[in-house]
Amino acid sequence: MTEAVQESIERCRELLAAPFGDVAGALKRDHPGSKLVGCFPVYTPAELIHASGALPIGVIGGGNQIEIAHADSRFQSFVCSIVKSSLELGLTQRLEALDAMLFHSICDPARNLASVFKRNFPGIPVEYLHLPQNMGPRADGYLVAEYRRLLLALGELTGTPATDASLKRSIALYNRARGLVRALYRLRSEAPEKLSAADCYVLVRAGTLISVEEHVAMLEAALPALDARPARPKDRIRVVLEGSFCEQPPLELLERIEEAGCYLVDDDFLLGWRWFRSDVRPHGDPLRAMAGAYLHGSVYSGVKHDLREPKAKHLLDKVRELRADAVLILAAKFCEPALFDYALYRRALDAAAIPHLFLEFEEKMWIFDHVRTEVETFVESMLFA
Amino acid sequence: MNENPGYQEQMHLLQKEMMGRYYAELTAAAEGSGQKSAYMLVSGNPVELVRAFDLLPVFPEVNALQLAVKKQALPFIQKAEEMGYSIDNCAYVKADIGCFMNGRKTPFGTIPLPQLILCNYVGCNVYLQWFEHLAEYDPAPVFNLDIPFVRTDSGEPSAEDVTYVVRQLEDLVALCERITGKKLDREKLRRIVELSGQTGELWSKIKALTQRSPSPFDAYFDSVTLMAPLYCLRGTEECLRFFETAYAELLAKAEAGVGPLPEERFRVVIEGPPPWPYLRTFRDMFSKWGAVAVASTYSTVGGLWEFGFRHDPDRPMESIASHMLQWNLTNRNFLQRYEQIRRYLEEWSADALVIHSVKSCRLFSAGQGDMREYFTKELGIPTLLVESDIEDPRYFSEAQIRNRVDAFFESLEHKRAVAAQTTR
Ligand code: SF4
Ligand code: SF4
Repeated sequence: MTEAVQESIERCRELLAAPFGDVAGALKRDHPGSKLVGCFPVYTPAELIHASGALPIGVIGGGNQIEIAHADSRFQSFVCSIVKSSLELGLTQRLEALDAMLFHSICDPARNLASVFKRNFPGIPVEYLHLPQNMGPRADGYLVAEYRRLLLALGELTGTPATDASLKRSIALYNRARGLVRALYRLRSEAPEKLSAADCYVLVRAGTLISVEEHVAMLEAALPALDARPARPKDRIRVVLEGSFCEQPPLELLERIEEAGCYLVDDDFLLGWRWFRSDVRPHGDPLRAMAGAYLHGSVYSGVKHDLREPKAKHLLDKVRELRADAVLILAAKFCEPALFDYALYRRALDAAAIPHLFLEFEEKMWIFDHVRTEVETFVESMLFA
Repeated sequence: MNENPGYQEQMHLLQKEMMGRYYAELTAAAEGSGQKSAYMLVSGNPVELVRAFDLLPVFPEVNALQLAVKKQALPFIQKAEEMGYSIDNCAYVKADIGCFMNGRKTPFGTIPLPQLILCNYVGCNVYLQWFEHLAEYDPAPVFNLDIPFVRTDSGEPSAEDVTYVVRQLEDLVALCERITGKKLDREKLRRIVELSGQTGELWSKIKALTQRSPSPFDAYFDSVTLMAPLYCLRGTEECLRFFETAYAELLAKAEAGVGPLPEERFRVVIEGPPPWPYLRTFRDMFSKWGAVAVASTYSTVGGLWEFGFRHDPDRPMESIASHMLQWNLTNRNFLQRYEQIRRYLEEWSADALVIHSVKSCRLFSAGQGDMREYFTKELGIPTLLVESDIEDPRYFSEAQIRNRVDAFFESLEHKRAVAAQTTR
């Protein structure tokens, strides 16, 4: 049992380490006739893609496997890495399996990247979603129309337009997948010794690279086994990690952070792939359900400006709910939304006397000593204060 | 020194006076005149609606700009950085928040507190952050006016986009009614929109003047004089009068064949915001070569009138929506900007493209390397890219920029000389 889950985790790690082009190619080969739709972070209504008979695949930068040799002449030094590495994937023919690419309004660099993709890769149609930033009463109808527009484009791409029935099936399936991921996170917050942040991460990240059906099967097998793992809690502080919702930190970084004396009991990695606090309503009009879930049931995020409640309040609530001792803000270098959020979080955390540490990362970083030392010092200051 | 004496004298004086009065009004409001104010953003701004309620429009961006020009921004930027803002965050925001949290006093006036924080989210994603933060620091009601980005192949907003925006404008009206205790006076709004339409017409005619050779003014460096009134005072009689004066004056120059420089030797299009803290220095680098900007993208952030848009008094709400959705640079996608520049190069007969890439404003800058690639490789247009910042004086390396500008124009001159030889 435990061995099987360890194997699963290893397979996920291999998937992540494999060249993106190979992974995408394999996904396509395993699903003959299916179109692949690349999804740039943060959120993607994957159900719409799935219900149209296509496969969503996360295009989440190049991690630390590719060198940026061309994209840095297109995007300046002060732009985050994921924008450049995602472009580099395309410029080095690693995105050839993609049949379309989907972006949404998260920040200005990603917005311009969508255009740069369009110009440089004429073979990959680019769709751009504008998700509402006014969460008031007008957003509902607008968002349904926006989803309908996307569905139209997807239907043209696949030739098998979504129906109410296929949408409902996809919603149910993704509800299941997200439910399992929520269960993983619950396990981590309740018994972090049983599931490290890095292992949890690879299990979730694999879901962006394989079909949702396979992901569900994998997590269904993994969860009980993880729960049954014998493990002794270590003397570590409980930390909520925030700020890595788009560009993703290297696995080694997560490992070093935890080794430095903390349990990451929650984080915002791959946030868009687990966007909802509970299931999307599986009955009734499916697009209304999806829009309703976005407006009323989604998590807080640096790229969604919901003014009904301050973002920082959500963070504080989370800290209290999870009985966390501290917050680690881990922001991607040059990530404007994450860097802005930090100013608000810092203010609120100071006011609530919750210890916090701010660190920056880059997906491509490969020296971690400095981070480890900083986290160690931080943890020590808390343990022995 | 290079300029003709008396250049743009009248309109400059008028502009100074008007902006002086505007800041005096702001100061009075800050000191308790009782006039209510709305914070809002420049891009595709719906100032007409705000004016219809007699709310004083306050543009933190214009304030940040003024601070930079007057070399007063850095201490405020540093104050914001002490609060936790990053060295890599947009410095407009930092200068404004630093100032907001430290008494709101500037050399040009005191900025009043807002009664409404109106985030007209037109393209720039930083806007959402900025006003979300202001709303945390101030109890005034905040409204996100969400403008769907232009994202279809046609380059047009969809019918649903327009409906969505118009409905939000109606919600905004209801909110303004609550704040001011006044019902919206539709006749007044109509008149304001009419004035905006006429002002836009003049602005567009002014921009057409730079198609002539020599261009009567610099469409990058001098446009600034017209942009502040265009945003802060659009929809007022005095703003219209100002544009009439400006048009008459610039037309006369055009007719007389007078330009901003003794000799116009190169016509360039400039893309990207100016380096406010070093505007003069930057300008001189181009003047030295006889280079005049005949068009600029920066002058279209607040609105894009030169391709035909006019506010329509018969459809006030729809035309405000249309202005915000489609008729400004910031809500258009990056490839539409390439197209806008291409038109400038062609229809304004320019020799070259200059890209000023600013770190603060990634809306403008992110991807400008690809833009350069497109213009040089695909269109064969000589293109210069230089980097600095719009607000933060720490990012201006004068010698480096000067070298690049000099090398660029030297090579243009050389090419010209070679071409002249071969045709001889
Ligand atoms: S990492 Fe941040 S700045 Fe970069 S694309 Fe993502 S959200 Fe935008
Ligand atoms: S990013 Fe650019 S448009 Fe946005 S607030 Fe900053 S300077 Fe203004």
